[in-house]
Amino acid sequence: MIYDVSNLAVIVFLFIVGLVLGLSFFFARKTKSSSGYFAAGGKIHWGVNGIAFAGDYLSAASFLGICGMIAYSGYDGFLYSIGYLAGWVVALFLVAEPLRKLGKYTFADALDAKFNSSAIKLTASISTLVVSIFYLIPQMVGAGDLVVPLLGLPHWMGVLIVGSIVIFIVTTAGMTSTTYVQFIKGALLVVFSTILTIYILNNGLKLTPNENYHKFANIEAIVTKDTVVNVSDKSYTVIKTKSVDDFVFVKLEKNGSEGWYNLNKKEGKTALDEMLFISINPKGEKLYNGAPKSERKFFQVGHMSKIIVDGEEVDKTGPLGPFEFIKTIKNSEVVLFSKKSFTDGENLITVWYQKITKGEDIMKPGLLYKLSDASGASFMDRLNFLSLMLALFLGTSALPHILIRYYTVSSQSAARKSTIVAIASIGFFYILTLYMGLGSMINGVIDVESSNMSGPLLAKSFGIGLFSIISAIAFATVLGTVSGLIVASSGAIAHDFIDKYLKVKMTDKGKVKAGKLAALSVGIFAIILGIIFEGMNVSFLVGLAFAVAASANLPAILFLLFWKKTTAKGIAWSIVTGVLSSTGIIIFSPTMYNQYGLIAKNAPIQLDNPGIISIPLAIITLVVVSLLTQKDNSTKDFSI
Amino acid sequence: MQHKPEGSIATDNAAEFKAKLGVKLFIVYSLIYFGFVMIGLTKPELMGFELIGGQNLAIIYGFGLIILAIVMGFIYNYFCTKRENKMIKK
Repeated sequence: MIYDVSNLAVIVFLFIVGLVLGLSFFFARKTKSSSGYFAAGGKIHWGVNGIAFAGDYLSAASFLGICGMIAYSGYDGFLYSIGYLAGWVVALFLVAEPLRKLGKYTFADALDAKFNSSAIKLTASISTLVVSIFYLIPQMVGAGDLVVPLLGLPHWMGVLIVGSIVIFIVTTAGMTSTTYVQFIKGALLVVFSTILTIYILNNGLKLTPNENYHKFANIEAIVTKDTVVNVSDKSYTVIKTKSVDDFVFVKLEKNGSEGWYNLNKKEGKTALDEMLFISINPKGEKLYNGAPKSERKFFQVGHMSKIIVDGEEVDKTGPLGPFEFIKTIKNSEVVLFSKKSFTDGENLITVWYQKITKGEDIMKPGLLYKLSDASGASFMDRLNFLSLMLALFLGTSALPHILIRYYTVSSQSAARKSTIVAIASIGFFYILTLYMGLGSMINGVIDVESSNMSGPLLAKSFGIGLFSIISAIAFATVLGTVSGLIVASSGAIAHDFIDKYLKVKMTDKGKVKAGKLAALSVGIFAIILGIIFEGMNVSFLVGLAFAVAASANLPAILFLLFWKKTTAKGIAWSIVTGVLSSTGIIIFSPTMYNQYGLIAKNAPIQLDNPGIISIPLAIITLVVVSLLTQKDNSTKDFSI
Repeated sequence: MQHKPEGSIATDNAAEFKAKLGVKLFIVYSLIYFGFVMIGLTKPELMGFELIGGQNLAIIYGFGLIILAIVMGFIYNYFCTKRENKMIKK
């Protein structure tokens, strides 16, 4: 898709980035010690830390990914909001205060506080690094997606810009600047998402989203033995009919331009519905709806096909309340767009066909995750759903960049209070995601090439000013989250691995320097991964990071806090098992096979989210190894 | 060599009470959360069942889980703060 670049959007973007860099310069002067660099000296107020938690947590996955997933798949996207928020309950009730008491700078410090074990130092630092990198990928992908409509730059440029700015931020000021960037960004994101939701409700529902919305061609067809032989509109010529799975796609020509159409049978009549399509020839050249991208024949989509209010069909509703909005969509019908790929001669064709979907199906799980017998749900489909919900619930309190934020406040009660502030602000935001996602679904703003931009593009439909601010905040969201992740990663390398595991003697300044060098390396690696994973939904990718965190870190944390027989070897082996099993399942999953260009059905493990296997495996390992190594505990002091 | 936690970590006499309360509230929330997951797995058609105000079970349960987490957070903080203050007075 090609977007017009607005000067206002560029100015607002530059202002927000300038603000972030200004803050970094300011705090850089104050950050001289390793305590200041890794944990902001433990001096952040719990209220500020709570909103900064929200800033850390409401990453690209929440604003870009969830809104996009709801816009594409309805309620199934909202499952992420429910799971992401529920995870905070584990953090508040079980982890926040004890962890604050145990740790100093990093998650590994807390795990190792009772044991002083090199095995824990090594495995915890590796696990922190692996989880942070899994989490970094979606942030970088989101950054790349954002700059396309915002600045008119290609995806890879966005990844490079974010990577460079974040490396600059982290290598100058560390956790203090990251905290204040997150605080400002977290607050702005919640405020402007509320404003966007008010716009959505005020706009109500319309059959035609806007004056410029594309009018889809619907042509009556004459069919003989599943082959379209002619069409009622004589300006079209039938080129060919192609069966793909259960679909019949037809290529038509009009005025020298070719297009693909989907054969539909409605009320005894056969008709051809216009589709969006991209064709790629053997040289790799892409045509969008039969023309080069620059001709702008590709368009944004998403509309309602029927609006029912009080049992009557209407063209538009006018402003709606929050519950009326959901109820009216539930009683109406929406046109969603689904993707199919096939070959036409030497060309690879990807089409997006219209799918009229009942509102009641949009407002319950099932469009993305098949769950009912009627939808043909298999055992593996159900296992995938259970695995995702388990990983989301248990992943939050095991994310290293979230855990390190507990060390930026002064006490256990401050850790608890900041978690509650986080839950309240994050919970409110997640309720808004349903409105922003549904708003994107029906307002003709969906870019079928990437679901991630649905939220900002919805803002654009309400005005360039709102779009500029929302996009700049989303960009700052990515900056802040990536900063936090890189601080966590650099802590794992410089503090846990080099300082504590390898026992390299360094001065306090030397530790900060090592942390900054580690941040630079991780940042460059993240840039490369962000370019490789272009096009994937960021919330799906974050779901994988949650599964790795829940498998590698959470059993270790919870058993350390609540089971006295836990040993250092039990923790270390549990982390190793969690990291290897979760990443192994991801590498051989259907989605990753798709990403490699292989056939998803041939993946050896037909499970996209590994949590349901890897979390129990890590727990069993911890219990068995701990029971076998009880002698190691005989000389330790276990008072917390 | 072990290092001490960052910041001023005072002895917390209310720690045991807070840990027990936390575990209880965690169990309650977990049961409600996995109740939602189990409905999705075993009786997904129930999610479309209309409850009140034209809203179905999926919407009410989903919003309910988010709001419940916030409410339980405030309840937990109220009792923890109360116990901490009581311990300080002692």
